[in-house]
Amino acid sequence: METTAAGYRGVWARLRRNPMGMIGLIMLVVAIGVAVLAPWISPYDPHAVTRVNILDIYQPPSPAHWFGTDDAGRDVLSNFLYGARVSLTVGFFASFISVTVGGLIGISAGFLGGRTEGILMRFTDIMLVIPDLPLAVVIVALTKPSLTNIILVIGLLGWTGTARLVRAQTLSVKQRKFVVRARAIGAGNSYIIRRHIFPLVLPLIVVNTVLVISLAILNESTLSFLGLGDPATLSWGQMLNYAFTRGAMSAGAWWALVVPGFGIVWVVLSCTLLGQGLEQALNPRLTTHHLAADRTLKNLPRWELEPTPVEQAGNV
Amino acid sequence: MHRSSYLAGKLGWAAFTILFVIVLNFFLFRILPGDPARAGIRDPRLTAQAQQAIRERFGLDQPVINCFESLNPLTLGNCAVNPLDTQFFIYASNLLRGELGISYHTNRPVLDILGERLWNTLLLIGAGQVLAIVLGMAVGVLAAWKAHTPVDYTALGFSLLAWSLPTFWLGIILLFWGSTYLGLPIGGKVTPGMVYANSWEQLADLARHLFLPSLTYTIVFLGEYMLIMRSTLVDVLSEDYILTAKAKGLTHFQILKDHALKNAMLPMVTIIALNLGFTVAGAVQIESVFSWPGLGGAIFEAVNRRDYPMLQGAFLLLAISVIVANLIADLLYGYLDPRVQAD
Amino acid sequence: MMTEVTPHAHKQPLLEVKRLSVDYVDPSQPPAQALRDLTFTLHRGEALGVVGESGCGKSTLMLALMRLLPAAGRIVGGSVRLDDIELLALSEREMAALRWKRLAMIFQGAMNALNPVRTVGDQIAEAIRLHEDASDARALDRRVGELLDLVGIAASRRNQYPFQYSGGMRQRAMIAMALACSPDIVIADEPTTALDVMIQAQILQLLADLRRQLNLSILLVTHDLGIVAELCDRVLVMYGGALAEYAGVDAIYNAPAHPYTQELLKAFPDPTRPLQRLASIPGSPPRLNDLPPGCRFAPRCPQVFDRCHLTPPRVYAITSDHLASCFLVETQQTRGARHE
Repeated sequence: METTAAGYRGVWARLRRNPMGMIGLIMLVVAIGVAVLAPWISPYDPHAVTRVNILDIYQPPSPAHWFGTDDAGRDVLSNFLYGARVSLTVGFFASFISVTVGGLIGISAGFLGGRTEGILMRFTDIMLVIPDLPLAVVIVALTKPSLTNIILVIGLLGWTGTARLVRAQTLSVKQRKFVVRARAIGAGNSYIIRRHIFPLVLPLIVVNTVLVISLAILNESTLSFLGLGDPATLSWGQMLNYAFTRGAMSAGAWWALVVPGFGIVWVVLSCTLLGQGLEQALNPRLTTHHLAADRTLKNLPRWELEPTPVEQAGNV
Repeated sequence: MHRSSYLAGKLGWAAFTILFVIVLNFFLFRILPGDPARAGIRDPRLTAQAQQAIRERFGLDQPVINCFESLNPLTLGNCAVNPLDTQFFIYASNLLRGELGISYHTNRPVLDILGERLWNTLLLIGAGQVLAIVLGMAVGVLAAWKAHTPVDYTALGFSLLAWSLPTFWLGIILLFWGSTYLGLPIGGKVTPGMVYANSWEQLADLARHLFLPSLTYTIVFLGEYMLIMRSTLVDVLSEDYILTAKAKGLTHFQILKDHALKNAMLPMVTIIALNLGFTVAGAVQIESVFSWPGLGGAIFEAVNRRDYPMLQGAFLLLAISVIVANLIADLLYGYLDPRVQAD
Repeated sequence: MMTEVTPHAHKQPLLEVKRLSVDYVDPSQPPAQALRDLTFTLHRGEALGVVGESGCGKSTLMLALMRLLPAAGRIVGGSVRLDDIELLALSEREMAALRWKRLAMIFQGAMNALNPVRTVGDQIAEAIRLHEDASDARALDRRVGELLDLVGIAASRRNQYPFQYSGGMRQRAMIAMALACSPDIVIADEPTTALDVMIQAQILQLLADLRRQLNLSILLVTHDLGIVAELCDRVLVMYGGALAEYAGVDAIYNAPAHPYTQELLKAFPDPTRPLQRLASIPGSPPRLNDLPPGCRFAPRCPQVFDRCHLTPPRVYAITSDHLASCFLVETQQTRGARHE
């Protein structure tokens, strides 16, 4: 089987030589580090109860507040560092749900085939067409906007792409000799899926997860920006919502608008780069084509030919 | 495949999907707290007569559907009622007559408001989408042709960055920059209270308002279309028939124009259609940032004003628009691919 | 052992390839020597079969002649002359003008060699428009019809797409397209693989007829010695990117000098002895980026001796038009000389 430990080492070796993937990985590690260490590296405690002083609102960056203050006079840097926790939490949990649901649907559809596949894929097609964000907005607006609800909604709406990919991969794995042989000798479905299908679909799921995380984080920030964030937390999207709706524009407080957005871009970009790198490491394929080929004469020597060996041989 | 059966299949599928959305739209609002009809009869913004009118119009005295008196809280009911007397059927027949309810906020029929707004959304999406597709494909072709050269890497880097930008945030930044340094309007579709001397002036005012939102749109989607075009075209350029074309003595330009682009367009159309959901998500965000009076903005406003009939109507219209756009893409595909049109 | 080529032997050849060498470069590995010092000629009206296992450099040779090598391919030495034109010295633009007009190609697997979204007639007309005066639309249309007719396709099917053709018809259409500009040389790369036996025979017959009718020169690349016997005058046997044996078709079949040719012939079913067991050559072709120091065939050769492992053999002439790259030839010749 291809997915031996040696196979995974090969993927890692290729990833290490892939600049995009490595940059993404480092960026993601930094983001996770910030989220974990937020309480120790933040200059202020965003949860501390303080009285708002009108003079503290939208203060520009200064030695006391490196990234200035927000609409309530709080330190933007501290909010920013803590905000990483919310974004990453939503990203990881929501994508876990999406990938689990999508993976289950994709593997069942691809492996079982027939009617089950027809119904599952028709359902996937419908869900693919219904625009997720408006639907997410409707559901979160009708229920209580809490972190759990946001995670559930994003997770349960974001599985369609995974399901299609996993199904396609399952279909191709199913044709492999060792699977056909396992079925022929009467191995049970769940055994074949666990031992043969899943290990070969897993790499694809990993790549996909990284991309689903970035989508989940984008969706969380959008919902929060639209005013549907959990009021008990302060995510980057909510920071932008507060700044945008509470006069940061007219106050010229660019720091309150730029800094949280930078966080979102950082995390999403890290996942995107890592995903691209992983994909190239898993499917190293020749990406050159017929029009990229007109360099064939680069090393051509001058046409000063020695007498050919044929002529010499002719004299024997 | 025969064109007529292809057409019929696609039309049937679209109709089924729309039906599914209608059913979903009904039950979503009945199951989750915040049923627009029942919320309406408690909404203080409505008069007693208006509330009575809602009660009758939505058949609120009737069971939700056979066997269920109500879904939230869940109350079982009589299964033998005439289906025509259930709320679901009344909802469906209202829908057929274009009856989407009354906006709590404006007290106007939801359909009238959304009807006006649909065109604004189409204008915004149209402008941004056309620019993004044309530019994205052009850069994508260039990147694919020059694959693995600095040109390609630059385009790739830009696209990945653009893809990672939250649409609303890019909108905010551009709005901040445009209104501060370029004197562009901070939102809306027209300058309030402005009197136009002629229609050119009116058009110029519209263009000034449209500029930043469509720029945001273009940047966000440009990267995506470029990435898709690039990878599709690299695949096409690796095909045998490109080698044939080269062997025939065609130049790169001729090969791209006459042999590669049409083949690359087929997957492009499909992928653009699959991305319509993102297009709509983009519209919601951009219209919210720029106060653009479109369908996406309607969703944002409806959420903030707890205007449930508006929310329900806007979602339904958005979903149906996406399904219809998808159908158009499918039909376009059928037109482009000779394997479909052969009769 | 006289072949019908001999009358041309003293005339100037149409195509003269000398010591052509091609590398495939890969940054993480030593370059693969896909073609080494290949020398042969092709006369007007002659059909030359290029034979060898897959990976022996046949296709590389075809692509190098057309200068259509993939991005990793580098022509590192040699000369390709068409009449008095040195093809390797032309600019890309000059080469493009010459492609199809003088050297046309029939690709392997016509399924993908034709553009799926353009009609067959349109793709044939394109070649003519590109290289000839095609201002007269009606004349162009007539010419496309004639070409399809020539290969046995009803002219009325010109407006159909490749997917509406059967495999054999696609290959015929490909041949019609190759003939569109009346080229001097047609290079056919495995023109009948992926076709069933009946269709194979039809296509080969078609090529043979067209060759006689149009006095074409054909370079036929194949791994099937049966096809070569039917269609070709001379045969170039390649092994590991280099010449193994080069001779008239009779000499190759009746007096093969190179052990590789002998083994290939054993692997080829002899219709006169139907019950003979088909032999296959044990081992696999050499890795082109890790060639043995001596003869490339030495590791698999049944007649190998010490010297074969030390230095690569030169190309020896058995007669003026029978060449082989094997030490056995030299040994026999010197022995023969001693006997005299």
